[in-house]
Amino acid sequence: MKSIAQNTGTKVLDSFVTVGTGWLLFIAILKQIPYSWKMRREILEQMHVVLIGSMPLVLTTSIFIGAVTAVQGVYQMEGYVPMKFLGSGVSRSIFIELGPVIVALVVGGRICASYAAELGTMKVTEQIDALEMLAIDPIRYLALPRFLATLLMLPVATVFADFFAVFSGFAVSVLTLDVTISTFNEGLFMLFKSSDLFSGLIKSVFFGGIIGMSGIFFGINTRGGAEGVGQATMMAVVGTCLSVLIADYFLATFLFQLVFG
Amino acid sequence: MTENSFPMPDFSVADPSATSGIVMQSVCKTFQNKKILDELDFVIDRGETVVIVGRSGEGKSVLLKHIVKLLTPDSGKVWIDGQEMTSMGHGDLYELRKRFGMLFQGAALFDSMTISENVGLGLLEHFNMTDAEIRDRASECLAMVGLSGVENKLPSELSGGMKKRAGLARAIAMKPEYILYDEPTTGLDPITADAINDLILKLQNELNVTSIVVTHDMESAFKIGDRIAMLSGGKIIHSEKISTIRETSHPAVRQFINGSASGPLSVF
Ligand SMILES: Nc1ncnc2c1ncn2[C@@H]1O[C@H](COP(=O)(O)OP(=O)(O)O)[C@@H](O)[C@H]1O
Ligand SMILES: [Mg+2]
Repeated sequence: MKSIAQNTGTKVLDSFVTVGTGWLLFIAILKQIPYSWKMRREILEQMHVVLIGSMPLVLTTSIFIGAVTAVQGVYQMEGYVPMKFLGSGVSRSIFIELGPVIVALVVGGRICASYAAELGTMKVTEQIDALEMLAIDPIRYLALPRFLATLLMLPVATVFADFFAVFSGFAVSVLTLDVTISTFNEGLFMLFKSSDLFSGLIKSVFFGGIIGMSGIFFGINTRGGAEGVGQATMMAVVGTCLSVLIADYFLATFLFQLVFG
Repeated sequence: MTENSFPMPDFSVADPSATSGIVMQSVCKTFQNKKILDELDFVIDRGETVVIVGRSGEGKSVLLKHIVKLLTPDSGKVWIDGQEMTSMGHGDLYELRKRFGMLFQGAALFDSMTISENVGLGLLEHFNMTDAEIRDRASECLAMVGLSGVENKLPSELSGGMKKRAGLARAIAMKPEYILYDEPTTGLDPITADAINDLILKLQNELNVTSIVVTHDMESAFKIGDRIAMLSGGKIIHSEKISTIRETSHPAVRQFINGSASGPLSVF
């Protein structure tokens, strides 16, 4: 029997090893970027999966997020803050925070689960070894396209989400909350700062990287059979959600206090 | 143990870097405190067909993977035609692997690709061939393993035996000099199994391929092998020409060939 202290020690050590191998994988993927042109077909295919495949999810989520932001905005401002600030409150919270983070969580969950399950199955059925035997680098062939796809397409998905969320916030305010079109628009344009939009998109590039890395990392390090694939998928989703939320805090601190502050 | 009293085969090589074929010296591999390969020595000459036998879980698949560095030894060295593998760089390793074909135990077909794409993938990546030429070569390889007409099917649409044959077609597509077969006939009906044996022999005779075959199928071993080597306790404990192996004096090998539960290799 191992003592609790020993077990904890092993776990802490293991997590350091995990983080270390994760960074090694990241560097290995970066080294393959010069081969992106050669891999363009696979990259486009994965981009399609990330962006077009996630569109229904992105639209549904962002429409409801925009709507609820408007409802909550009116509820919190009524009687204290003039309604001309509603449009700005809704749009800024969406651009800065809700758009990038919600998209990262829902698209991230979807994509990194599918990466981890697909690559994990390839690992346990020796398909990754089979690629190696054909002298094809799995990092270049499997990891690079998936990583670039999430990195580049998450911001694009976020732009769509931002647009639809603000539009839905507008529609809900005007149609159900007794706010006039001009009142909403006044706030929307009065306090609009392009740095809000850009900082949100910068965040989503990081989130995209996290999603891709997490799905790929847990996928190609899968052990065992079907159970191992299930485990890897779960770890990838949990890892993505936690990392996105933690990174969000640090990015917010960095971007809003140092860069745009 | 009776095995200990029987002399171990001598695989000493004066200068591995000047020897053609495969040389393994003192290869050790441990998984989770379990020693799978234990100071394993082994030599495979160019052009021969070696059959590796051994009980399930002895590490035969692990041994094969060490030859092509799909697994790296904890200690020990592996030479292919005088090139040391364990310290080899990425580029050299991939050049070397192009000269190898491997049939995996579970076929390991890429399940997102059609059979034809599976067989042609190596050609697509490494050869300056048109799509039509690649398709033709894939069909040719599939015909060699008796699998015509499944080019556009997905692996999930094939039976186990058909997958194995498709895996073999993929292994031979790049005309390798070495082919590693991990249980090529396991799970096949006797007729298909014999066709695979014939194919291995044909590749051996026509292309002078060096083959390493892991199998439990003794009939197949006798038909295709030049030599049988037995893996037990992490070492190659015996190696003998096929012509004399039926009358071998090695007790463990005799027990294995006769498929007997009693003998030096205990079951429980
Ligand atoms: N990648 C791995 N990680 C951990 N254990 C492994 C790994 N590959 C093989 N093993 C273990 O090594 C032993 C030998 O496996 P294997 O070579 O597949 O046996 P066989 O002789 O039946 O082909 C088994 O106990 C297996 O669990
Ligand atoms: Mg095996």
